[in-house]
Amino acid sequence: MIEGARWRTWVFFYGPMALFLLFLLFPFYWMVITSVRPDGELYRPWNSINYNPFWTWKPTWDHIRYLFEETLFASWLWNTTFIAIVSTAISLVCGVFAGYALSRLNFPFAGSLGTGIFVTYLVPQTLLFIPLAEIIRNYRLGDTPWSLILTYPTFLIPFCTWLMMGYFKAVPRELEECARIDGASRWQAMLYIVIPVAIPGILSAGIFAFTLSWNEFIYALVFLSSPEQKTVPVGVTSELIRGDVFFWGPLMAGALLGSIPVAVAYSFFVEHYVAGLTGSVKG
Amino acid sequence: MAIAETQVYMPGAPRPRFRLLEDERWLAFVLLVPTLALLGLFIAYPFVRGILLSVTNSRVGVPGEFVGLANFYKIFNDGIFRTSVYNTFLYTGVTTIFKLALGLWLAMLLNRNFRGKAFTRAFILLPFIIPTVLSTFAWKWMFDPTFSVLNWLLYHLGLITGRINWLGDPDLAMISIIIVNIWRGVPFYAISLLAGLQTISPELGEAAAIDGARPWQRFWYITWPLLLPVTMVVVLFSVIQTFADFQIVYVMTGGGPANATHLFATYAYQIGIGTGLLSEGAAISLAMFPILFLVVIIQLLYIRRVEVR
Amino acid sequence: MGQVVLKGINKFYDSVHAVKNVNLQIRDKEFVVFVGPSGCGKTTTLRMIAGLEAISSGDISIDGNVVNQLAPMDRDIAMVFQNYALYPHMNVYDNMAFGLKMRKFARGEIDQRVREAADILGIGELLRRKPRQLSGGQRQRVALGRAIVRHPRVFLFDEPLSNLDAKLRVQMRVELKKLHLRLGTTAIYVTHDQVEAMTLGDRVVVMKDGVVQQVGEPLELYHQPANKFVAGFLGSPAMNFARVTLTETNGSVVAENSGLRITLPNEAAQRLRGHVGRKVTLGVRPEDLTVADTADLHHPCFDAVIEVVEQLGSEILLDMKVGENAMVACVDPAVRVRVRDKLRIAMRPSRIHVFDAETEAAI
Repeated sequence: MIEGARWRTWVFFYGPMALFLLFLLFPFYWMVITSVRPDGELYRPWNSINYNPFWTWKPTWDHIRYLFEETLFASWLWNTTFIAIVSTAISLVCGVFAGYALSRLNFPFAGSLGTGIFVTYLVPQTLLFIPLAEIIRNYRLGDTPWSLILTYPTFLIPFCTWLMMGYFKAVPRELEECARIDGASRWQAMLYIVIPVAIPGILSAGIFAFTLSWNEFIYALVFLSSPEQKTVPVGVTSELIRGDVFFWGPLMAGALLGSIPVAVAYSFFVEHYVAGLTGSVKG
Repeated sequence: MAIAETQVYMPGAPRPRFRLLEDERWLAFVLLVPTLALLGLFIAYPFVRGILLSVTNSRVGVPGEFVGLANFYKIFNDGIFRTSVYNTFLYTGVTTIFKLALGLWLAMLLNRNFRGKAFTRAFILLPFIIPTVLSTFAWKWMFDPTFSVLNWLLYHLGLITGRINWLGDPDLAMISIIIVNIWRGVPFYAISLLAGLQTISPELGEAAAIDGARPWQRFWYITWPLLLPVTMVVVLFSVIQTFADFQIVYVMTGGGPANATHLFATYAYQIGIGTGLLSEGAAISLAMFPILFLVVIIQLLYIRRVEVR
Repeated sequence: MGQVVLKGINKFYDSVHAVKNVNLQIRDKEFVVFVGPSGCGKTTTLRMIAGLEAISSGDISIDGNVVNQLAPMDRDIAMVFQNYALYPHMNVYDNMAFGLKMRKFARGEIDQRVREAADILGIGELLRRKPRQLSGGQRQRVALGRAIVRHPRVFLFDEPLSNLDAKLRVQMRVELKKLHLRLGTTAIYVTHDQVEAMTLGDRVVVMKDGVVQQVGEPLELYHQPANKFVAGFLGSPAMNFARVTLTETNGSVVAENSGLRITLPNEAAQRLRGHVGRKVTLGVRPEDLTVADTADLHHPCFDAVIEVVEQLGSEILLDMKVGENAMVACVDPAVRVRVRDKLRIAMRPSRIHVFDAETEAAI
């Protein structure tokens, strides 16, 4: 559309876009720079002279080395990844089945169950963590990865279910009916026909669940106590701070390296992630 | 040719058997059982336990006795609790307004076609993807009063002479956590609203342009009303998450300075887990529930209304 | 009022030359139809006139003023979109009133104009309804109403009838024509349907691959097509084409290929003498072919085998094989023919078209 002079594009588009990108991405740049900055440069007050906080000429691996040698960071990485993968798997299975049932089958209370599952998505973890801590302790799951693997699905399943319902609704009924005429049972039709067609949805739900697991904090904080059991967010928060002293170098290195697995996984599935996000909002 | 001659019988046709899973209702039951079990065990059950906890006076290791609504009276008279309530509403309200405005702006910018659009979109979501605790540490480092890079920037731009005590002053601390929350939430709003924008046919904008509407008018009369359904869903989701937020405050200020930045969640943690007063902690957590319940009802009603149409 | 001039209009999309050097003068009150296959550039040209696309080079003037840089809203035009583009959240009244509201018309004036347009279009009872409660034909009328209330200098139509079912399309065509006769505003109409072009246009512009093939009144294009494309595009069933070689025998020019051998009548022969020895394309419309009887013996004739007989009631379409050419004849319903009949077919001598084999221009 004819909109007027050229300068308008610069002022109204490129300018704000650049500012947004700067605002949203600067903290990551900050993480990277701080992780490789030697201590001497790190702890300089903000108004010292000759101080350029945005760049360093003497990058160092010290902090990262500290992270892996003096702390249990490697265990935390492993724990978090393990927990995320298993919870995601459980949630996907439950979500796919529940989504199929709610969108393709007729049975009493279907509507209310659907609403019920949707509603549980909106009961935040911060409301349940105290009584849950007690329950976890009673089942002797405290301080094990299972305390998280079994509780993470509570906020992952509703989302997966909802997302899969959307995808299943888009699969034409004729496909299933044709399969059943050809001799497949309902179960087989579901497994071999409907679910494969909805694989993009499964990928979307999967990557979304994976990132949500990595992001969870309060359950991990409350249910885990021994350092070797901790997940990355909890470990970084509790073990890299002694009293009031923050070890900023290793802390930022931990933050950076803790973010990388999620970022990498996300980068392979960006389109699916976006589809999952927008599908949940439009559906 | 008579029809009968051409009839062929299917060899070995399956005899009708009673297959349980062919029945829709049984299949549905089997498919839903794992979900219902997990959700029942780890949401419904704790929820009920939470309510029971809040009406006793339990502490860690000491099961308590029934005390009715005593815990609730206690916390309502607690100055810090009242501050948390105020803070939570303020935090939720301010961040939502900014996230919506900035998110909408960014969504409209992204709605054009430009080179590198896919890349930009992918990068923009990073604040939302990266574990909040980790990125909040980066912000904390940026806000640290002694070493803050923001102070450095403002100083070198000539805007300040003394340092800004971002995290040590109660009001500034609130501002800091609000900024971090906005930073994290804008991508979610932007990408979701962008999806909504893309469902609006460009022809509508063209028709409006020919009808004489200037860009601002096109937005107000055409885009905004058509975007409302998506906006409602996004805002309601976000409000619930923000209201129950824990991570940002825990990392940035721990609720301080002097308990000035507590939200429901962090105060519940401090009381319930920190000092071991389980029942009071449970009561604080549950105090969130009426508001959340209201928000959920609004959202369900709104969705119902949209679907009926 | 309502005069539109296109001078040297070109449009480039990156390296694709979508519209090539279009020159056209549209008079006030004229109904001009741009017609052509998809991708021929007609919609792009319309959008450039509307201001929805930037012009790569050339000038567009409305009533003598160059409007290249003007935004759509400042050109005093109204447009009817293929998908109607009705605002879904507003009722019919507000849809029609929107443009006037944006231009700050008084409430009373708006009301008067909307009701007036609604009366003309017969949608008076629908004013309170929302678009989703309307049928396709009703929505189309609302889109028309929205354009009418603005009293613009020029109406632009982008394939407005494409989304309607066949019967409705025929009905709306007549209504549009009546509307134009009544309102008298200049109209520029884009379609891919040659029937709409022929019936609606005062003048028709045929486009292909971004280039204007011919401009003229419908019958002019029909009987004197400038090239093979225009000849084949207008008219249904389409004109028959056959590649032939021209030879001279005993003073007359003969056109022949493996299936037919025709002596061309004198009028055509005069023009074609210079092309003897060359290959050309012969064209003749189905309705100009008849089953030969004694009266037609001196007309050019050829033998054909009937493959399919299509009975339409008002006429009969014969799909024939003429050697290795396939041809269609449109004959009187009284004629008796059967599949596999061998017939002698006569051509009406004054209606034979010849086109150059390479340039496809009419000779």
